[in-house]
Amino acid sequence: MTAPTRGEDESQAPVIAEFVDTTKRFGDIVAAERLNLQIRRGEFLSFLGPSGCGKTTALRMLAGLETPTEGRILIDGQDMGDAPAHRRPVNMVFQQYALFPHMTVAENVGYGLRQRRPRMDRAEIARRVDRALETVRLSDFGPRRIWQMSGGQQQRVALARAIVNEPKVLLLDEPMAALDAKLRGEMQMELLSLQRVLGITFILVTHDQQEALSMSDRICLMGQGRIVQIGTPRDLYDRPANRYAAGFVGSANMLDATVQSTADGQARVALADGSSVTVFSAGDRAAGDRVAIAVRPEALRLSVSDSVDAGATGFAATITHKTFLGEHIECLLHHPVLGQLQVNVPRQAERSLPGADVGRTVHVLWDHGSGLILGQD
Amino acid sequence: MAISRHKARLLLLGPAGLWYAALLVLPLAVVLVYSFGERAAAGGYAPAFTLAQYANLGSRWAAFKNTLVLAPAGTLAALLIAYPLAYFLAVRVNPKWRTALLVLVIVPFWTSILIRSYAWIYLLGGRGIPTLLADLGLGDWRLINTPFAVLVGIVYGYLPLMVFPVYVSLEKLDKRLLEAAADLGAPPWRSFLQVTLPLSLPGVATGSMLVFILLMGEYLIPQMLGGGKVFFVGNALVDLFLQSRNWAFGSAMSVTLVATMLVVVTLYMRFLKRIGAARDDIGVM
Repeated sequence: MTAPTRGEDESQAPVIAEFVDTTKRFGDIVAAERLNLQIRRGEFLSFLGPSGCGKTTALRMLAGLETPTEGRILIDGQDMGDAPAHRRPVNMVFQQYALFPHMTVAENVGYGLRQRRPRMDRAEIARRVDRALETVRLSDFGPRRIWQMSGGQQQRVALARAIVNEPKVLLLDEPMAALDAKLRGEMQMELLSLQRVLGITFILVTHDQQEALSMSDRICLMGQGRIVQIGTPRDLYDRPANRYAAGFVGSANMLDATVQSTADGQARVALADGSSVTVFSAGDRAAGDRVAIAVRPEALRLSVSDSVDAGATGFAATITHKTFLGEHIECLLHHPVLGQLQVNVPRQAERSLPGADVGRTVHVLWDHGSGLILGQD
Repeated sequence: MAISRHKARLLLLGPAGLWYAALLVLPLAVVLVYSFGERAAAGGYAPAFTLAQYANLGSRWAAFKNTLVLAPAGTLAALLIAYPLAYFLAVRVNPKWRTALLVLVIVPFWTSILIRSYAWIYLLGGRGIPTLLADLGLGDWRLINTPFAVLVGIVYGYLPLMVFPVYVSLEKLDKRLLEAAADLGAPPWRSFLQVTLPLSLPGVATGSMLVFILLMGEYLIPQMLGGGKVFFVGNALVDLFLQSRNWAFGSAMSVTLVATMLVVVTLYMRFLKRIGAARDDIGVM
């Protein structure tokens, strides 16, 4: 937990792109509202959120494909103002790739270089195209037609077409959405290693929380046009800012509670059934505050014995569903006052739970220090 | 009830096959045979085997010249007018107006080309536009019965046939390709030349072929707006068959016209293939 992540290592890197109070409206619809965000050189940042949350609009404003209604966008210290897309030092990998169907793979990859003025030497273009194709492991595919390439290959052509221009920022708009699950995993690994080799800043738009968690140095979680939370994947997972963040990244049991006492960043809170638990508390809380708390399903444990260990609070609840998911078993339980609770039981722990079947009442154990108080939505 | 593949093919192709055999192949064969014959003394056809009719084609050179100049010129003019219009309709216009505007393109077809050509006779005639120009002190213009009048007439008549194929090819163009081109550093005019134009060439080819082939066989518009001074091969054919009753010479001229069209169309297709428009990958789109 305390090991420094890459994101923290690079916190001193210079800012390469910046949103300053950036707002985009389409008629009455606010697609992005007062975005404030600094993206650092060499960083892998993801815009995460459901469709319509403004993440793609944010990316398109960076690319110059949309103009902000208010506020500014800076790239490498330069205010982009109304600079059109073709004058910006960024390149994009489009959703479904948008490859030129009337050009070969090599012609597609060389397109950006051919737009340079003064013109780039043809031999130099060919050399760089070859190198880019080599980088994405498509060395011999230059003369091929786009329609002769598989989905995964097309994705790599789109990647090569962007990185060959050595952009200051590479923008990726849901690049993996069209790939099947296995290929997606491979491409994620490839993208990560590519980013490390090239050292280019990557900005990824995705609705897939696993993708964002596994690839990003930092995640910018968005909802309804606004930035909800910015942080490392661990920050977002362990310290979600509010109900929305807790629910969108991973799953969480969310409960209403009343603060009883606070100390050292922790709070003792009372739940609706009168029992109390100790949770992490970031903000200023006073006894008597009504708050929402969240705890991850894998932070809870089940026990078939009646004894509750010291350092935990127990709740008697009835198992209503058990779903086998390979590495763990997802259990849904019903508690007469707290309602539904989800507990993910690891395979190894299952052996110590004889007879914990649907219909059986067991103990849900909540260790002190697990869970946290959520902020306002 | 299963129908064998053979029977199915016969059922599908039979009606059209009979139609074309009876009304296209057979007449063409007749015309080909007649073209080697002679004019009967009282007019019509007399059997013979001579190349005399073909040797005499030079006497009707003016008709070929007019057709071979005005048909390509009309096609080109129609293309230059239709492309921006189709581009506007497919790319720029607010989609809620698109259908209404497309209907406007077809509206002229609701009136017969004959009546619309009559209208042009008055517009281009002595008391039409030339009077207006003279009153404005812009000089003395004679428009009717000139190549210009015929060009105006054919472009006017065939413009919609050019607009639609070009519109369709531009409409199905993936607009994200233009965003990709811009993102990769192409200013708008260059992304037009490098992406939009090449990807719309199939529509340009279809429209041009359609208009060009129809113009090569045009009869009505030169007849009305050319006033016997600017005539196409079609007008010469009517004259030969109905006035001079020289069926053999008319047949030789018909055969030459069809052969010319085949050659021009083949050359055009080759040209398009060479500039990449007929690439199979565009066909797939």
